[in-house]
Amino acid sequence: MTLAVAFTYAAGASLLIGSFFILVGVIGLLKFNDPMTRLHAPTKVGTIGVGMLLLASIFASVAEGSGTMHELLIMAFLFVTAPVSANFIAKVNIHLRNCDIPPAPPQDDTWSTLADQRLGIDNATPGAKVSES
Amino acid sequence: MTSASGFLDIALGVALVTLVVGQVLSMVRLVLGPTTGDRILALDTMVINALGLVVVLGIQQGVKVYFEVTLLIAMLGFVSTVALARFILRGDIIE
Repeated sequence: MTLAVAFTYAAGASLLIGSFFILVGVIGLLKFNDPMTRLHAPTKVGTIGVGMLLLASIFASVAEGSGTMHELLIMAFLFVTAPVSANFIAKVNIHLRNCDIPPAPPQDDTWSTLADQRLGIDNATPGAKVSES
Repeated sequence: MTSASGFLDIALGVALVTLVVGQVLSMVRLVLGPTTGDRILALDTMVINALGLVVVLGIQQGVKVYFEVTLLIAMLGFVSTVALARFILRGDIIE
């Protein structure tokens, strides 16, 4: 009885924390003024925000007496896939040159994301070349 | 018990309102977004917010079926984000 009350309070607190992080992340997505900076905020929505909502779901199911851990599967999937999709969006930003071009790689001529000949993009951008020695 | 379930009801309402506001703000970024990367990011955030909406609905109604819905939305969101980014990067999704 007392344990169920405690788990219900924990579910409510997790919901409030998760919705706070979701709000912060979405406001960051709207207010930041650089594509790479905007990439930073919504990852909090995916990991902490929805993670706390799924934790609240676990707590609520335990409080109802039929505790399941299914939500941990979704949480693990989100934690694995969030960096991958963020990396792909960052590569899109570099490819379309919507950000500062990173310094040239130590061995190759240029980043593979920037070396696309079919689009007719000139690879000789400042900072993307390595000096011939 | 009534006080605890009342607190849970208030928290559920706050979470639902926050997620809907998040959807609206992400859609503003989707319409404004000056670059393609911003639009992909806004779509990804909207998918994750929809996932959170389904989770909160599952808590509110106590239905276990919403677990499968959440997992499917998570997988589809990841695959569609990667497919869009691949299309911009390579001009093709599966080469």
